[in-house]
Amino acid sequence: MTRKRRRLWILVACGLGLGSATALALMAFRDTLVFFIPPSEIASKAPAVGRTFRLGGLVERGSVERVNDNGHPTARFRVTDGAGTVTVNYTGILPDLFREGQGVVALGSMAADGSFRASEVLAKHDETYMPKDVEEALKKTGHWNPDEGKPPPPASTWNTLMPKKPDTSKAGG
Amino acid sequence: MDTTPVVTPRPPGPSQPGRSLHRFANPGRFLRISGVALPWVAIIGAVLTAIGFGAGLFLAPADWQQGDAVRMMYVHVPSAWLASGGYFGLAVCSLLSLVWRHPLADLAAAEISTVGAGFTALCLASGSIWGKPMWGAWWVWDARLTSVLVLFFLYLGHVALVRAFDDPTRGYRAGAILALIGVVNLPIIKFSVDWWNTLHQPASIGLTGAPTMHIDMFWPLAVAGFGYIFIFAAIVLTRTRSAVMERRIRGLLSARAERQT
Repeated sequence: MTRKRRRLWILVACGLGLGSATALALMAFRDTLVFFIPPSEIASKAPAVGRTFRLGGLVERGSVERVNDNGHPTARFRVTDGAGTVTVNYTGILPDLFREGQGVVALGSMAADGSFRASEVLAKHDETYMPKDVEEALKKTGHWNPDEGKPPPPASTWNTLMPKKPDTSKAGG
Repeated sequence: MDTTPVVTPRPPGPSQPGRSLHRFANPGRFLRISGVALPWVAIIGAVLTAIGFGAGLFLAPADWQQGDAVRMMYVHVPSAWLASGGYFGLAVCSLLSLVWRHPLADLAAAEISTVGAGFTALCLASGSIWGKPMWGAWWVWDARLTSVLVLFFLYLGHVALVRAFDDPTRGYRAGAILALIGVVNLPIIKFSVDWWNTLHQPASIGLTGAPTMHIDMFWPLAVAGFGYIFIFAAIVLTRTRSAVMERRIRGLLSARAERQT
């Protein structure tokens, strides 16, 4: 019995030591463990021109320009996090989820003119899973417009919403 | 060769704390109880998973932004739950093994790690297939994906380590220590999406707050999740039963070999 208790305490002590060591290590690496840098930190950190990093934020509304550069689809848009904005140039195929107001992560580097030249653009989606008709119902009632780039309303207000039934009577209009 | 007897009968003495745990350590009792339970566990698992998949594929609505690609969720999310949950089970078995020298926990741990590695592989593969059309990449080195890959390697390491020694008890001990060290990865996986900015989205379903998912998508996911739990349990039970029997046969064979010499 005492042997068991001793083994248990040894394990608890090892666990505490390992846990705190890991926590300290993760705290120390906190800034380098990020997958992307938000635009507001570009100004303060100012990554060197030509150094590759990932930029993450929301695609600013009304900023997307698509041009066809000799058969290569090229897009120019601004990525914002509210506090800062960076212009991104990208030649290539954008993911399906890419649209204004959507979160994106772009891999690339700063150009000399202060814009960001991306070699890869990934779309980020949030943890909200909503049927199309619920989204339309929220839009119609003015509770949420995804194009404004704002997060959806609290889940409890819509996650049991059944818009089909009340909508069939009104849908004619 | 494992020559240790299968059961070490304890002298009937005054009731000690910890003895109640060993009530379930009796391999004979385990074989009896699990033999009765196993068909039910397997059937419940298969039925629930079939209902969850069927409802997820045909009844649940498509997502407003992801479209039908969201249906990968019903395969991916339960496998991610079981990858982490299975590791928690492995850690509990390892603790029982190291502290209480629970003989069944060793056998169960060796089987949980094999099955858990399979579920983690399913999680990684389905996530990759889902990530390509939605994110635009099969794989990214963000904190969530990387920590789950580490979980996969921990499972594989455990699978290899418990079988790497001539003396199985040493293998079980080394495996248990590895499994307990790896527990630090579980909170990292869970909170990676909250602590760091990642490409992977944060959790939709938590203990507090309403799920940020419509009820029509939530219930097939929950049903599939319970189905996965029962399937995981059924596979582990089957494998642990055969491991117990294998150990018995090995004990009988070596006993006969000893008698003959």
